[in-house]
Amino acid sequence: MSGFPDPKEAQVRQLLEGPHPPVPTGLAAAAAARGSRLLRRYRALRRFGWAVLFAAAAAFAVWAALTRPWVTPPSGVSPPLEGW
Amino acid sequence: MWAMGAVDHRAGTFTEFEAFVAGAAGRLLHVAVLLTGEPETDPPTARRLLAGALARTYAHWRRLRADDPYEFTRRQLCAAYARTAWRHPAGTGLLARLSPQERLVLVLRVYEGVAEEVTAAQLGLPPERVQALRGGALAKLRAAAADGDNAA
Repeated sequence: MSGFPDPKEAQVRQLLEGPHPPVPTGLAAAAAARGSRLLRRYRALRRFGWAVLFAAAAAFAVWAALTRPWVTPPSGVSPPLEGW
Repeated sequence: MWAMGAVDHRAGTFTEFEAFVAGAAGRLLHVAVLLTGEPETDPPTARRLLAGALARTYAHWRRLRADDPYEFTRRQLCAAYARTAWRHPAGTGLLARLSPQERLVLVLRVYEGVAEEVTAAQLGLPPERVQALRGGALAKLRAAAADGDNAA
């Protein structure tokens, strides 16, 4: 696409290069500590989600076993009496 | 046994992560400073953005295997800046006159050399818009540089 080196862009890139700011010490350790806290939170959330899912499945199974919604209720109407 | 394995693994992850940070933090912090427009000597917002992005990178480290951690961190950094840019003052740096979107496009396209389609996908913009933003940002920056030269 823009395979040609653009002199304007090269100039701007040089401008952007500039002096780099000093990296604070202990950045990796602080980020790792915060990252493992995040990880623990993700894990706790996932565990909670699974727990809710299993609880819902168990509740549904118990309800279905008790009410048996697939069984047709006994009809209160008898068929018409014919041919006797 | 289990505990030992977990500890060893975590230690290995941290060693890898530490090496990555040692190599990449300087450039990433420079990217953050370009975005926030703070002075290089004391950029608190840029440092905060980078710390957050690195924390997410650490949290995803084990699932990152095939991905480049540098790219992942840069994406987190740009997303965090895009989310919070409206809260921060424009800054006084090189890109002070540019809007947050122009800064993002300029830094990703020109400074980091990310492809146009990738930049567009990352920022959630159509490629034509990215192209237009890049052109506008380059023109503004060159005008500002010319002003600075004239003033000096």
